[in-house]
Amino acid sequence: MTANALYELSNLSKRYTRGREEITIFSDLDMAIPHGDFIAIMGPSGSGKTTLLNLLGGIDAPSSGEVRFEGARIDNLSQAKLSKWRAANAGFIFQFYNLMPTLTAAQNVELPLLLTKLSGKERRKRIATALEIVGIADRAGHRPRQLSGGQQQRVAIARAIVADPKVLLADEPTGDLDRASADETLKTLQLLNSEMGKTIVMVTHDPAAAKYAKRELHLDKGRFVEKEALA
Amino acid sequence: MNDATLVRKNLFRKKARAILLIISIFIAFLIHGALFAFNAGMSGGFGAVAADRLVTMNRASFTVPMPYAYWGRIQALDGVEAITPLNWVGGYYQEPMNQIQTFAADPESYFIVYPELTVPADQFADALSRRDCAIIGRSVANVQGWEVGQRIPLSSNIWQRDDGTSVWEIDICAIFDAALDNVPTNYALIQYDYFNESLAFGRDSIAWFSLLTGDPDRNDAVAAEIDALFANSPNETRTQTEAAFGESFMAMFGNIALILTLVVGAAFATILMIVGTTMVMAINERIKEVAVMKTLGFPAPRIFRMVLSESILLSLVGGLLGLLAATGLVTLVGAAIADYLPGVHMPLSVALTSLALMLGLGLITGLIPAVTAMRVKIVDALGKS
Ligand SMILES: Nc1ncnc2c1ncn2[C@@H]1O[C@H](COP(=O)(O)OP(=O)(O)OP(=O)(O)O)[C@@H](O)[C@H]1O
Ligand SMILES: [Mg+2]
Repeated sequence: MTANALYELSNLSKRYTRGREEITIFSDLDMAIPHGDFIAIMGPSGSGKTTLLNLLGGIDAPSSGEVRFEGARIDNLSQAKLSKWRAANAGFIFQFYNLMPTLTAAQNVELPLLLTKLSGKERRKRIATALEIVGIADRAGHRPRQLSGGQQQRVAIARAIVADPKVLLADEPTGDLDRASADETLKTLQLLNSEMGKTIVMVTHDPAAAKYAKRELHLDKGRFVEKEALA
Repeated sequence: MNDATLVRKNLFRKKARAILLIISIFIAFLIHGALFAFNAGMSGGFGAVAADRLVTMNRASFTVPMPYAYWGRIQALDGVEAITPLNWVGGYYQEPMNQIQTFAADPESYFIVYPELTVPADQFADALSRRDCAIIGRSVANVQGWEVGQRIPLSSNIWQRDDGTSVWEIDICAIFDAALDNVPTNYALIQYDYFNESLAFGRDSIAWFSLLTGDPDRNDAVAAEIDALFANSPNETRTQTEAAFGESFMAMFGNIALILTLVVGAAFATILMIVGTTMVMAINERIKEVAVMKTLGFPAPRIFRMVLSESILLSLVGGLLGLLAATGLVTLVGAAIADYLPGVHMPLSVALTSLALMLGLGLITGLIPAVTAMRVKIVDALGKS
């Protein structure tokens, strides 16, 4: 185990019961994710990638084992405490963007700031900066419907970073994008990792996407297989 | 942007749907406000009720008369400060449809017992000096277009004169006004003696007495004393406060209030179901958005509040507009019919009931969606695409 890892997973198991049958997605998984890491998690469909990401994000609970974030367990926190933890520490990026259709790009980015005590002025500054970083400041007043998939995903990334979380959790962030938009998105993530020190865990099916990460982990039949990082 | 912005945007995300819901709520509250305000106006027709004013009538019914001699006997009692006798005339002008609510009265004592009514001194002096004088209320004067100095043939649909006719020639000598808007002036008084002397039958009868005790604390004692005076006589009396008299009279309107409650209740049950199911539908359409909000870190209680606020906002927008329209309608119509039915306005009690119903409607229709939203499981909801 790495001494000051951001995440430490130990003996992590996830099982579902379907009727009388018990399905084990993975069991006794151990892993450390150091500060500043950029991991691509790959693996066949149904291997448990999303499940793992949900455990890291505190939106799902393991059947057994521990998830530690900066040394403190998050797997046994109450829903209320997990909400607070997520607002403060984790940024989420989804395959289908999941922006609020009634809000403009800027308002979507503002959402996580409603959970902070920042002043209006400070909020506006943060929103502008986040939109600037992902290169979509010129579309601040547009609604999701008026944006392309790639543009929506940038807004979603801006939303994920606006509250300055330590980790970004992305589930197939390029799964719905064309090659060019995917590359833009991945470059942005890479930049956030290298320049701003964000730790990133990204699930992807796309080997080309995985190349942007510092290392690749393959999840298969409940086991991790590590590939040497290329970056 | 704050939570209120989100609530508003979510409510109006489908404009047509929101507007239709607002219209249906608007209509329900318009109906509620207008009907209950008119009902209050009708049952409040007795106007300013004096706390120390009693009404004595025949124990059998206020349509059964009492003997004339009761006047002097009651007046002689210590607790009676002032008393005035009244009899029904059942008047109309030219057409039986054109009713002039008229009482045979003793004007001198009448205006002592009803100090909230005022008559110009010169007109009053004139009216007292001549037997065929009538003193009419301002509303009657307005409706009929009558003025002081006019001579009117007033017919009765109850009584007959000893000459076989039912018409009394009267002079309009005075017009009385009320100090307050809700005190009716939609009736006329003619002189008891002039009327009584000419009757072919039923002379010397009195329908009821109004009297003052001078002190509300003495009301019960004086009432008991009066009724004891005539106990075991052929014409026993029932004496009660003017307020109680008004209430027993208004008991006849009780059924109307019940019917109104049923009608308005049906309207509310309908919008409750429409708004309720629509709001449940609306939240089910955006379960995934709720899950995203939760993922971002919005706590469940805050989401509960936001979704509940949506229904309350909807209910308040429709309801307040409805109440406003009802108030406008009641004020306009109230002004137009003030001469027939004075004091029709939007009572505070109806407005407050309306507000309470709005909040209730909002809470009830918002509760299921709010609980649904609060309970959304992020993993399950996000899994569905
Ligand atoms: N609520 C649940 N009940 C039962 N089984 C579940 C539930 N959620 C997920 N699973 C199962 O867990 C396994 C892992 O699911 P998961 O979504 O993590 O896979 P994945 O690796 O992300 O797959 P994909 O690449 O298709 O997204 C799947 O077999 C899935 O059917
Ligand atoms: Mg998945």
